[in-house]
Amino acid sequence: MALERLKLKGVEKAFGDVPVLKGIDLSVKEGEMVCLIGSSGSGKSTLLRCINLLEPIDNGQIFFNDVDISEPGLDPQPVRQKIGMVFQSFNLFPHMSALQNVMLAPRRVFKEPKEQLLENVTALFEKFGLADRMHHYPDQLSGGQQQRVAIVRALAMNPLIMLFDEVTSALDPELIEEVLDVLRQLRLQGMTMILATHEIGFAREAADTVCMLDDGKIIEKASPDKLFTDPTEARTRQFLSSVLK
Amino acid sequence: MINRSAARVAYKKKQKRKGAVVAALSSFFVLAALIILVPQTPGWEKVQASFFNGEILVSTFPSLLKAFLLDVAIFLWSLPAIALLGLLVALARDQKSPAMFPLRALAIGYTDIFRGVPVILTIFLIGFGIPGLGLPRPWNSPYIWGSVALVLTYSAYVAEVLRSGIESIHESQRNAGKSLGLSQRDTMRYIVLPQALRRVVPANMNMLVALQKDVALLSFIGPVEILRQAGVHKSLLANFTPYVGAAIIFLAVTVPATRYADYLLAKQHRERT
Repeated sequence: MALERLKLKGVEKAFGDVPVLKGIDLSVKEGEMVCLIGSSGSGKSTLLRCINLLEPIDNGQIFFNDVDISEPGLDPQPVRQKIGMVFQSFNLFPHMSALQNVMLAPRRVFKEPKEQLLENVTALFEKFGLADRMHHYPDQLSGGQQQRVAIVRALAMNPLIMLFDEVTSALDPELIEEVLDVLRQLRLQGMTMILATHEIGFAREAADTVCMLDDGKIIEKASPDKLFTDPTEARTRQFLSSVLK
Repeated sequence: MINRSAARVAYKKKQKRKGAVVAALSSFFVLAALIILVPQTPGWEKVQASFFNGEILVSTFPSLLKAFLLDVAIFLWSLPAIALLGLLVALARDQKSPAMFPLRALAIGYTDIFRGVPVILTIFLIGFGIPGLGLPRPWNSPYIWGSVALVLTYSAYVAEVLRSGIESIHESQRNAGKSLGLSQRDTMRYIVLPQALRRVVPANMNMLVALQKDVALLSFIGPVEILRQAGVHKSLLANFTPYVGAAIIFLAVTVPATRYADYLLAKQHRERT
């Protein structure tokens, strides 16, 4: 039985008076790929930001490797080092080359010796077809390349779980596949992943579990086969028919 | 289909040439009018004699230039102090944790006070006030306390410029740093500050130009820099031409610096749009 990497219990979050998450329960096993689907504003992004402790939650608990990381006053830094996050708008550091972007955090956090780190990082760049882009600056890279660099940057910290926040939504259609290919590669390696996505086709192909979010709640959670062919909830059917037409 | 591109290029060229001719002609007429009309004013000869006396300009210019070196020196040693203090104050204002509240409050009070008082008043208060405490030499030097007054004033302005730069860096950059597990300090030092500093270079260039001019205010508390030297010449020769000489020297430095700042601003604007 696989280890439970992440467990959310009744997570609630509001921005001011506006509730965004209304009691989320979710369990993610080691090596599992969970896709979050749902319309904009359903709470997918906020959920990921809460897991990475970028947003404090109002109620409930988040367990990471059976440790409660939602406890108030807990130092978020060591937790974030083990949770990789990739954003919709890449958020690369524009004043640094791709290589510097990737090297910064491991250098500062783990104080890894430069030569060793450079070797590991170079291997990552090669693996994801970016070897000839290492010394380019973000504005010299295509959107797809930038997003792949952002993924490499998160991977360089050797995270135990990766969070992807609509990582293909800002890309031109012809660049989406190259980023999805990276995700497929990570999937094969057994990386634990949570993906907020509008790429229904990809979710259907790659996910172990799909969660349908609506109005701050997971209204349906099932295998992709079940959820996409025979959804239980009327709201899920309605959402799927609107995105698949 | 007729190819019109050659005709279009020719038309554009013609327009451009026409523009240049109009600009040259209109400049010529304005200049000519000034040269012909101004000397016809009734007081012109007197003004010319007391402000534009060529002989006096030539004879006093070298000593003015030498005195200007003192302005440059004061400017140069104030500069690193302003950069450092300005940065510290800007960082203090960015502290958000409750424990750091006194620091933040201090920084806010500091910038409010020194931006709110005329520079010349600060120079008088510090330049006369502190040596008035009866400090031994060299600690009663107006050079030191005058420079301190400039540093305190300009650091307040530079701190505000830096803070606006820091705040202009999008929150998503900080989030990216946080999500990688970087400390707040490292996020500031490696991600936010380098971008913010680059962004405020043009604004700070304008600060430099202003500082270079304001060094002359120290003449009121003692140092014989260019303005005071010009004043000495004026009194001895009963002629204002040395002031014009001083103005020429200032312009020789500040105009290129201002042009450069404008160039940087325009370049930054192009890059952003």
